[in-house]
Amino acid sequence: MLRLPPFRYHRPATLAEAVGLLEEHGGDVMPVAGGTDLMPNMKHRLFTPGHLVALKGMPELKGVEVVGADSDPGMGYLRVGAAETLTSVASHGEVRRLYPALADAAGHVAGPQLRNMGTIGGNLCLDTRCTYYNQTEFWRKALGYCLKKDGTVCHVTGVGKKCVAAHSADTPPVLMTLDATAILVSAAGEREIPVRDFFVADGITNTRRAPGEIVAEIRIPMASASRRTAYEKLRARKSIDFPLLTVAVAAEVDDTGVVRSLGGVVTALGSRPRELSGWREIAVGHPLDEALVDALAERAHAQCHPLENLPADPEWRRAMVPVFVKRALRRIRSA
Amino acid sequence: MDPSTEIVRLVVNGQSREVGVPTHFTLLEALRYVLGLTGTKQGCDKGDCGACTVIVDGEPVLACLTPVWEAEGREVTTVEGLAGPEGIHALQDCFDLHGAAQCGFCTPGILCSAAALLAGNPSPTREEIREAIAGNLCRCTGYAKIYDAVEAAALRTGGPQG
Repeated sequence: MLRLPPFRYHRPATLAEAVGLLEEHGGDVMPVAGGTDLMPNMKHRLFTPGHLVALKGMPELKGVEVVGADSDPGMGYLRVGAAETLTSVASHGEVRRLYPALADAAGHVAGPQLRNMGTIGGNLCLDTRCTYYNQTEFWRKALGYCLKKDGTVCHVTGVGKKCVAAHSADTPPVLMTLDATAILVSAAGEREIPVRDFFVADGITNTRRAPGEIVAEIRIPMASASRRTAYEKLRARKSIDFPLLTVAVAAEVDDTGVVRSLGGVVTALGSRPRELSGWREIAVGHPLDEALVDALAERAHAQCHPLENLPADPEWRRAMVPVFVKRALRRIRSA
Repeated sequence: MDPSTEIVRLVVNGQSREVGVPTHFTLLEALRYVLGLTGTKQGCDKGDCGACTVIVDGEPVLACLTPVWEAEGREVTTVEGLAGPEGIHALQDCFDLHGAAQCGFCTPGILCSAAALLAGNPSPTREEIREAIAGNLCRCTGYAKIYDAVEAAALRTGGPQG
């Protein structure tokens, strides 16, 4: 039995009320949407806020609709309310039509019940994960805690003052390849930040979301809908698990099969999703044939170095990088 | 009353209940330890196993990760609520007939996932059944008899030959 620590549960009806509660209880409060990440973490005493602000009851955080594309279908964006569940994102007609890899990624998070609860905003803000962190208080205490929570030593690297807990969310890599942005709202106002710039390489706190901010919506440019996208995920059990490696790719390929643009993001390795470098240089202007797929997979392999931060052999995870990159690229070719 | 205890209004298996709960209780704790509905099982208690699956407004969710307040004003169905006035649910009868329960610990959660599936999709394919109970871990049966039982229940209640 894992009990939650005591807290007060606030259910604001509006976003303004919610950010007000975050400000009022600053330092002792956290926002919660589906709770599928925060509740287990609270049961493990990784977070013990005295107040929780529930985000699921606010109409401002709901809805999926095309905005600003009236005059030109190539303009505007798809607005996805941050409190939309992963089930809703995975099954929504517009998401599936415009950004099938996003529907794929959302549909591959955890299992059905967790997708009915968890939200796209929560997936963006998912806490980093590590073998030495996602454990009970009893377990962590026995090991003398770790750098990310209550301790001074990182058991993964054994040295240094840098937490290397793994970014483990499925949808952000796809959102990055689609040039999506996130709208963050606080008592001070709102700001828009590219998902690409949302993450930092710090396993303790790996996003630029301030404690008083709420992710209110995700915007995906309509212009990105012309890209061919694919998402591949490695995990121990296909039905429920967090990723051990994910690959998201997006490309524009012309009528003759020649690559016009190409981007790839891998995650579940380090503390933030990694944009694969050196791809454009070898791909743009060339046909996406098997030789190019091999070359791109080799470039990806050379720059990915998994650590012992997740419960799976790092050498195996590294060996799977080119395998999964090739799968994703072949799907793009046949799309 | 303890100052950290508040009244929550729940609708469980069609019955309205007002109960006092500590403010940090989960729906699972309220069901099992306040309402005495112990059919819903407490397994891993952290969202991995699916044993605590209940149906809230038609969707299977995990009661162990649901703050009790999130259930307020919504329709909660537990395994105790699957049987109707005419007797047990077709799924329960088919689980019995097909030997789909062994130790039985995962069974209430699987019944809830399967009941929600059949309510929205009366004649699912085997693949849809597999997907619907993918979040419910069974360590005894190997699942084959569970799929058989759900298929049989679908045929009886709403499938093409039902």
